[in-house]
Amino acid sequence: MSKDSKFCPGCGQTMILQTLYRILQEQKSEEKAVLGLDIGCSLLAWDFLPINTFQTHHGRVTATMVGFNRARPDLLSFAYTGDGGAYAIGLQSLLWAAKRNDPVTVIVANNAVYAMTGGQTAPTTMKDQKTDTSPSGYDADPVDGMKLIRSVNEKAYLARGAVNEMKDMKMYLEKAIQAQRDGNFAMVEILSFCPTNWRVKGKEMIEYVDNMKTAFPTGEF
Amino acid sequence: MEKVNKQFLTGHEVVVQACVDAEATHMFGYPITPGTEILSGWIKKCQEDKKLHFLQTEDEIAAGFTVCGALMAGSKAFTATAGPGTVLMQDAMGMADGMRLPFVTIIAQRGGPSSGTVIYSQQEVNLAIHGGNGEGLRLVFSPSTVEELYRLTRKAFNDAWTYRFPTVVLTDGYLLKTKQDVTLDFAGENVEPKPLVSEHTQKNIRNIYTFEQELMDELENQKKDFDEMAKTVTEFESYKVESCEELIIAHGIVGAAARDAVDELQAQGKSVGLFRPITLSPFPKDELNKLVKGVNKIMIVESSMGQLRDLVKQSLEVENKIKIEGLYKPAVGIEVEEIVELFK
Repeated sequence: MSKDSKFCPGCGQTMILQTLYRILQEQKSEEKAVLGLDIGCSLLAWDFLPINTFQTHHGRVTATMVGFNRARPDLLSFAYTGDGGAYAIGLQSLLWAAKRNDPVTVIVANNAVYAMTGGQTAPTTMKDQKTDTSPSGYDADPVDGMKLIRSVNEKAYLARGAVNEMKDMKMYLEKAIQAQRDGNFAMVEILSFCPTNWRVKGKEMIEYVDNMKTAFPTGEF
Repeated sequence: MEKVNKQFLTGHEVVVQACVDAEATHMFGYPITPGTEILSGWIKKCQEDKKLHFLQTEDEIAAGFTVCGALMAGSKAFTATAGPGTVLMQDAMGMADGMRLPFVTIIAQRGGPSSGTVIYSQQEVNLAIHGGNGEGLRLVFSPSTVEELYRLTRKAFNDAWTYRFPTVVLTDGYLLKTKQDVTLDFAGENVEPKPLVSEHTQKNIRNIYTFEQELMDELENQKKDFDEMAKTVTEFESYKVESCEELIIAHGIVGAAARDAVDELQAQGKSVGLFRPITLSPFPKDELNKLVKGVNKIMIVESSMGQLRDLVKQSLEVENKIKIEGLYKPAVGIEVEEIVELFK
């Protein structure tokens, strides 16, 4: 299905990407899909799947895919990004793509840290979570992408899944693609494993993601 | 509708007409003085022709990246910006640098630094060429008249899609707001756009490299292509330079004033000619070096503190040790009389 993974062992992103590819195969839409990649760990997906992919800049994948979609509205435009790319440096473009209801599907891998740079505070870092840049614990609540986007777009398809709820994650991605086909903006945030920066392994990773669900409940919004 | 060659138009209007005639289909832009009328003028065209599209984006960063996305998909897309917008545009232009995207932007220079002044300057030369975090392999045109603004804007699309380097039409608010009789040359073929990715491709395109050597090899190839392109695209005007002893070097709208100054100076019996680079990048280096062999003094005239002078100095060969003087008026227009006065 794919080339060798460039992600860390245990990273959740391969599960998200493989699920997306499985859906495209089932829908016989591999050729119609174009996957734009933000910079961050998401850039490592550049040759992971046998579909069209290209890297963009940090925080700029949504704007790039809005442009792509306006040139080729008949193709499926995916913007694949981390939480920092989506909700911090790229928030302005994400909000406006949503507000205009641009028919693109944004997939946000939420691991609560800036992972590529080694675990700094992200917009999704949770209250009291310790990171390299919040050594005594983060003192505020994280950004809730679902509420934020809903506040500017009533028609958008919005869902939050998790890599340990694979069946639901697949359903959310399928519904997001359908929303895009129907001409609407779609965003699926997925709570994803980051064993390297969380400094946890195996069973603890599942516990960590389950704990994240207190701050980030899964479901459709 | 039959096109009339001779018309009474502003610089903004000829830019929009040139984009339409180049068969551009998408403009992404953010309003900023003195380039806003390119966006609003294009939107008017969109209302007349449903094949044309526009998006007023949330900022210049998004304008640049939506252009990049549309180019990837194979649309002739472009943007226009100015001053602080040109600074923000560098993010997307950097992606175009790295991925060889046929990114066309019209830059309406205004005074800087910061928000500066809003109509005129020649201070975005460095930004247009070297604003990215790389080597500045960009094609930059500097038109001096409204007619040339039309010709070079149209050519910008053809050259961008032929050679795949980001291409800038570097102009200013004075030229854009000038309204005059113009004779437009509609002749010439348009280069067809081609998508980088489509349902007929399966490409994985990157702009970030794992190994330093990979990036250096890529840049060396880009430089080779750029130097090859230079042989074809480099443009300049030499005006009344036959056996001249002194040489004015100016670009853009200042070049037009310098041309009139040369007429007046020669009428006074002075031996002064004009060299006007039309492409600031690649710079017409060989022609300049040939020309200065018999010249005693170069007089640089520009509305910046020396951005053109630095391009000239970089281009002069060592053996051409020549006296360089200049009139440097950052963000201020330069009149014919001031240039004539320099040779008293």
